Amino acid sequence: MKTPTIKNDIFVMLIFSAVILTMPIWMEPLGASYPDLLQKFAIFGIFAVGYNILFGLTGYLSFGHAAFLGVGSYTAVWSFKLLTMNILPAIIFSVLLSGLFAMLIGFITLRRSGIYFSILTLAFAQMFYNLAYSVLTPITNGETGLQLARNDPRVIDRLFSEAGEGLPSTDFFGLAMSGYSGFYVCAVILIITFFISQRIFHSPFGIKLRAIKSNQTRMKYTGYNTRPYLLTAFVISGMYAGLAGGLMAATDPLAGAERMQWTASGEVVLMTILGGVGTLIGPMLGVGIIKYFENIFSALNEQALHQAYAFMPDWLANIMVAITSPFVGEGWHLTLGALFVLIVVFLPGGIMEGINMIKKRFSKKTPEPHSDSLKKKVAPETGK
Amino acid sequence: MDAIFLQLLNGLDKGGAYALIALGLTLVFGTLGVVNFAHGALFMLGAFCSVSFYKLLTISKQVKDESITFFDAFKEQPYLEIWFGDFGTAIIDFAVPLSILFAIPVMLLIGLIMERGLIRHFYKRTHAEQILVTFGLAIVLQELIKSFFGANPIPMPPPDIVSGSAPIGVLFGLSENVVYPWWRLIYLAFSGIVIAGVFAFLNMTTYGMVVRAGMMDRETVGLLGIDVERRFTVVFGLAAVVTGLAGVMYTPILPPDYHMGMDFLVLSFVVVVVGGMGSLGGAVAAGFLLGILQSFASMNEIKSIFPGIDQIIIYLVAVIILLVRPRGLLGREGVMED
Amino acid sequence: MSNIILEIDNVQKSFGGLKALCDLNLKIEEGKVHAIIGPNGAGKSTMLNVCIGQLAPDSGSVTFNGENMIGKAPYEINQAGISRVFQTPEIFPDLSLLQNVMIPAFAKREGAFKMNIFRSLSNETEVQDEACHILEDIGLIGQLHTHAGSLSRGDKRRLELAMCLVQHPKLLLLDEPTAGMARHDTNKTIDLLKKIKEGGMTKIIIEHDMHVVFSVADHISVLAQGTIIASGTPDEIKGNPKVQEAYLGGAHL
Repeated sequence: MKTPTIKNDIFVMLIFSAVILTMPIWMEPLGASYPDLLQKFAIFGIFAVGYNILFGLTGYLSFGHAAFLGVGSYTAVWSFKLLTMNILPAIIFSVLLSGLFAMLIGFITLRRSGIYFSILTLAFAQMFYNLAYSVLTPITNGETGLQLARNDPRVIDRLFSEAGEGLPSTDFFGLAMSGYSGFYVCAVILIITFFISQRIFHSPFGIKLRAIKSNQTRMKYTGYNTRPYLLTAFVISGMYAGLAGGLMAATDPLAGAERMQWTASGEVVLMTILGGVGTLIGPMLGVGIIKYFENIFSALNEQALHQAYAFMPDWLANIMVAITSPFVGEGWHLTLGALFVLIVVFLPGGIMEGINMIKKRFSKKTPEPHSDSLKKKVAPETGK
Repeated sequence: MDAIFLQLLNGLDKGGAYALIALGLTLVFGTLGVVNFAHGALFMLGAFCSVSFYKLLTISKQVKDESITFFDAFKEQPYLEIWFGDFGTAIIDFAVPLSILFAIPVMLLIGLIMERGLIRHFYKRTHAEQILVTFGLAIVLQELIKSFFGANPIPMPPPDIVSGSAPIGVLFGLSENVVYPWWRLIYLAFSGIVIAGVFAFLNMTTYGMVVRAGMMDRETVGLLGIDVERRFTVVFGLAAVVTGLAGVMYTPILPPDYHMGMDFLVLSFVVVVVGGMGSLGGAVAAGFLLGILQSFASMNEIKSIFPGIDQIIIYLVAVIILLVRPRGLLGREGVMED
Repeated sequence: MSNIILEIDNVQKSFGGLKALCDLNLKIEEGKVHAIIGPNGAGKSTMLNVCIGQLAPDSGSVTFNGENMIGKAPYEINQAGISRVFQTPEIFPDLSLLQNVMIPAFAKREGAFKMNIFRSLSNETEVQDEACHILEDIGLIGQLHTHAGSLSRGDKRRLELAMCLVQHPKLLLLDEPTAGMARHDTNKTIDLLKKIKEGGMTKIIIEHDMHVVFSVADHISVLAQGTIIASGTPDEIKGNPKVQEAYLGGAHL
């Protein structure tokens, strides 16, 4: 429950950066060191870290964040089509526009709390999704999804060079967004966003958000206008989602409405709770685990299962294949759903809670000594 | 005039489905205090009860096709037809309505297992956790159905005799061109009967009275020495059956697929919210109201003024209701208001 | 007569057919401890709820420090200088004791909303020291970093009192601060109340325990059936026949 000191925070930041930037190396033995997957880790990491600022700190469960992701994606693709293939303007516009949308939606939905808030966000997500498929087709290109075309204007790029043959690809001032360079761009952005989230968590603002989650009534009678606090958290997390959407489009310039469906918001909720709601690192852990296993499970098929069970007698292997095959390949979502249920039932605090429980069990023998002296207790807290 | 009349009917049968689903949802919320995101999945399971029943009836054997003489051709013939002849054919023809008999015990069982196995442990947890766990359950159920029945919608024919349209324009003194599918009329009547049945059960039996008392004040009913938990299980089973039946009979209108539950889930929450959380009458009224609103919004005349309104009207109404009158149309004062 | 800090004027409030407050008039002098006593259901808590903006009265006015409080949001009323200790402790169960007290301290310093995202909490030494001092006064300094939710009921009440005191409110409302407490804890609370009385903060205290009332109050008002039936110093109230009737024969009124 102690607030970490600044030294502590910097230490965590350094470790985090090192772990993220060396991912291509240490993911190698895990068989997950290819750029596409690494990019996904980083992008969903941003999404989950941002979602955690809302859900983790304030406890407001939103099912509408996929809509902001979608807004970010569409904005980025339009920036690629109209302005330039450089991702910088694209992600800036993504963040701004999704922030604007979040402000509008947040302003309305935050008038209610609890399940009413969840249902309101659900309704908005569904409206966005339906509109993207119908009236907004000129902007979203409906079911086909918004794609780049050779004859897009790209006015800024045209100032410097003629249109080349074939489709151009996205870059960050010459750094290609595909392959490992693309991962490093995403990773650096992830580190920056993680840093911001860490600052929020350990700021007076962050602790006030936690207080709102803990007892909103008390907050009101303590002299706080809670609405702007909630709205700020909502907009920040919406901007994170927009940033993630923009980066998704940057690494693969295609935006489709299916990204906006409310069930897609469910995935980020799962990542957040799997790792540990309201913890700094938890959502990143959740993203890592889910994306890693998604990668493995989706690639499996019955044949691969037969090979895996080859050491068993045939009859047993057949039974095992029959049991496990619905969970792999196309059935990955079944595994995901089952995991969701298990986590909420048995470990609502996520992996971080599990780690803490184990830690406690080991440290039980040496309880924290109680000190009556004010100075002794406060000294580590103030970080002097 | 004809067009308006038709849209009204359209809205009513859609509203019937909304009302039935929302009735179950609000029953569970009102008595158990559980926000059940797996409720849509119950509707979907009901629809697949009908599909499985049809598959059961049409288990076939390869027989020689007598009509083709110049080589040995085989065709599939259901055992029912082999054993019972024309009577068997008739049973298969009536698969959808007959599957009600199959769906009632199956849905009841599913409901009981769900409540005993999972929901029960979440009475005291937060709404957010209830939402999360039932959402996970909904995904599991829909993916299971997908792995058994595939991803494509499965068309289910209504019985031959009611597959056509009813000349209802003549009945109401309108143009002869006003016709309406028989099956949709049947659905409307069916939903009316089920709704009436649920209300009769709750209002006229002592058992139902206790349930309603439980909706008002769970603690007191518990203090009176009534085994509330057992009744909760029964209520959940009842809600599962009602929702399942809504799904069974909806199959000829909308070919069932695995994600229909999620599609209807959001709608049914919207209906419950508009009607008032925990209000049974509100759920029914809002179901029909929203069904009618939606079908009027999809008229071309209206769409030309507000493009896309048909896609969002229901959600828009929900948003407005939640902001202006959070307790919903018929909700009791103070229920779930901040 | 010294300065009047709170004036409740002709306040009416009914719930359906039940008249909780009718023509309630009350003046609270600055710097005094004003106890409100009265039988159950007399409208004591309703009165406090009206004062802090939790309930809107049907008619009448509440003036605090010369400013009309009716129609203001609860947070505005708190910012104006009224803090309240609730009958069932309203604290932040998921936060540590230190954080519980720091939050109201921030509200006092920063106002109703401030977006200080990039300040580090560990640099807020002033607020921390302030919170620690209050916690020391109240006797909870040994548990600075425990979850408030794990405290005993009595400690939760004292924590809530600390949360109000750290704001240095002009007016502190206490709703049965000793209800359900053991004798030992009650005495501790009385000592505490006496201690903070010296600070000159105005207090309204609702209490059933006459021992507590007569040990801390400067002035006592008796509330019965939504209206003040008697008011005066503790000695005056002790001998007032109307008060005895309200308490003993109240059922026949």
